[in-house]
Amino acid sequence: MSNTATAGSQAERAADLQDERLFHGEGLTGAVEGFIRRVRSGDLGSLPVVIGLIVIWAVFQILNPAFLSADNLVNLSLQCAAIGTISIGIVLVLLLGEIDLSVGSVSGLSAAVLGVTLTQLHWNSVLTVIASVLAGTVAGLIYGLLFTRFGVPSFVITLAGLLGFLGLQLWVLGPNSSINIPFSTWLVTFAQQMFLPPWAAYALAAVAALGLFWSDWRRSRRRRAAGLSSGSMSVMLVKAGLLLVALGVSVWYLATDRGVGAMFVFFVLLVVLMNFLLTRTRWGRAVFAVGGSVEAARRAGIKVNRIYISVFVLCSTFAALGGLLAAARLASVGASSGGTDTNLNAIAAAVIGGTSLFGGRGSAWSALLGILVIQSISSGLTLLNLDASIRFMITGAVLLLAVIIDSLSRRSRASHGQA
Amino acid sequence: MTMDPAIAEPEPATRQPVLSLRGISKGFGAVQALTEIDLDVHAGEVVAIVGDNGAGKSTLVKILAGVYSHDAGSIAFDGQPVSIGSPAASRELGIATVFQDLALCDNLDVVSNLFLGREITKGTLDEEEMEKRSWSLLRQLSARIPSVRIAVASLSGGQRQTVAIARSLIGEPRIVILDEPTAALGVAQTAEVLNLIERLRERGLGVILISHNMADVQAVADRVAVLRLGRNNGNFRVPDVSYEEIISAITGATDNVVTRRAEARNTERNAS
Ligand SMILES: Nc1ncnc2c1ncn2[C@@H]1O[C@H](COP(=O)(O)OP(=O)(O)OP(=O)(O)O)[C@@H](O)[C@H]1O
Ligand SMILES: [Mg+2]
Repeated sequence: MSNTATAGSQAERAADLQDERLFHGEGLTGAVEGFIRRVRSGDLGSLPVVIGLIVIWAVFQILNPAFLSADNLVNLSLQCAAIGTISIGIVLVLLLGEIDLSVGSVSGLSAAVLGVTLTQLHWNSVLTVIASVLAGTVAGLIYGLLFTRFGVPSFVITLAGLLGFLGLQLWVLGPNSSINIPFSTWLVTFAQQMFLPPWAAYALAAVAALGLFWSDWRRSRRRRAAGLSSGSMSVMLVKAGLLLVALGVSVWYLATDRGVGAMFVFFVLLVVLMNFLLTRTRWGRAVFAVGGSVEAARRAGIKVNRIYISVFVLCSTFAALGGLLAAARLASVGASSGGTDTNLNAIAAAVIGGTSLFGGRGSAWSALLGILVIQSISSGLTLLNLDASIRFMITGAVLLLAVIIDSLSRRSRASHGQA
Repeated sequence: MTMDPAIAEPEPATRQPVLSLRGISKGFGAVQALTEIDLDVHAGEVVAIVGDNGAGKSTLVKILAGVYSHDAGSIAFDGQPVSIGSPAASRELGIATVFQDLALCDNLDVVSNLFLGREITKGTLDEEEMEKRSWSLLRQLSARIPSVRIAVASLSGGQRQTVAIARSLIGEPRIVILDEPTAALGVAQTAEVLNLIERLRERGLGVILISHNMADVQAVADRVAVLRLGRNNGNFRVPDVSYEEIISAITGATDNVVTRRAEARNTERNAS
């Protein structure tokens, strides 16, 4: 079915397919061939992490049949939400080729603000949520201004922030080493007990598949109207169908236990939203441009400083939001909120998910894929009764592997002339 | 050492230049890259800036593009004094620049690079419209680019240059500045760029062309401004000036490497 464009019939060809050197496959086989060609030339996208995830799940399932039980998967999904949300922010800073090492501290600060304002100052719960998210926003604004005004490397600013905001978190907590958040708070209910009823989950799956089909179809129609090549109907249908089946099966399986957690859905919606902003708006395009070449972006008239500030603000805001979710899920806040491995897991998730450390390459989806890998490892090792020491070592090894894949695919792109 | 001012173009008194520079100076630490540069560009005029390597041509371009600030002097656009504080300000004035070092984002595809900073939106990015316009623009320049959806990193040097030139035509520029636009181009593409420059002139745009290729300069430019060691060293009308005169203004002497080579060749030829 696939064919290579030949000269001669140039006149009828779509405007983008007229070059005779261009490989162009049609229909399903064409789509598959194109995918294989891209992977060969080092454009791996999320392929390594998807394969990695399948391997990890298979191994743990063999070692302990409880791993893929509905109960465990529901837990897994809930564990993903908090750090996954923080990781979305990390994806953004990595796209600029920068880093934020303080997301753990900022999430802890936000949790502390929540605990103190809610249980000790007895603020209205909506107000406390706003206050704790704003704490993150302010932190990000400070980073953005320091970075753009003084040109201090983000690595150093956020390292200072890591200590500074940890101190602030302890100061806010004051003498309380730990505060319990009442179970009656809607935030805790949302994080722990709210699950989508099966009909709503199925409906959501259908909406997602329809949404994918609709956006593909609309793009194809607009491309045809513009005289450009357009995707084939069969590819669109197969894509949407596969998504529908995958989501439908997941919903059905999770529904045999508690179902799809509201907090997980919230996290996925945030990923979808960020993906939309990154790929379909001028702001998103500017983020990629700055990550690719700051000087070129500046000369193109992009207000580079605004992009940096907006990204640092978003990153810390996501960190604060993640801190809130974590606090709500544990129903407690303390000196250790946002501590230990929060920081590292959030950064590792973005990198494992396929966002390049070198800037300009990546996607919001890597936050979801990466955190799934990390939490799967953690959950699998817990089921095997292995302790934290082993978990850290294995997570470290996986992170190393992800970074090696990133560097190798960068090198492969370079040798294929696509660095 | 400076050229006889009598050769310089008599300014058309009735027409006001679109862009007018007076006494522009710029230093980088110990190096004085530009000293008191004057330059006028009128609508519908192609001004070539020539000079040896390091004469300060690119520095002047970057000042106009808002990449560098100048230390002294004034810039007027349409007779109004302006300050070009940023690349965005330069573009807003209507100055489009093709830099010698191209300044493309390697990780983005051709369409994204062409429309960077001035994307077409219909609520969200209108990729189809941008792709369509990219193709028609690239066809106009006879560009040989197989796909506009590949990263510019995978294009050849000349293809990248074509993309950079095409980018300057997006939007409604009043002045187009081309810093060595044909340096990496093939024969057909060079001819297209020269045609393009002529079309820009016909459309009433002012063009500043920087080139080391005197044949190109003499083919399309109306006026030649010579820079030497960061100073104005002559301003000629192309019909009134010979190749040798431009060369001696560039090198600063009538007896120079280029003329000596030419003479040597002539005597050889006469001898044989
Ligand atoms: N960023 C900079 N920092 C320090 N010195 C610079 C900088 N940019 C240019 N210069 C100096 O200014 C002088 C003029 O440089 P410029 O790039 O304008 O030359 P040019 O006329 O464009 O040369 P070419 O024909 O080689 O492109 C050179 O001596 C150069 O070393
Ligand atoms: Mg130069």
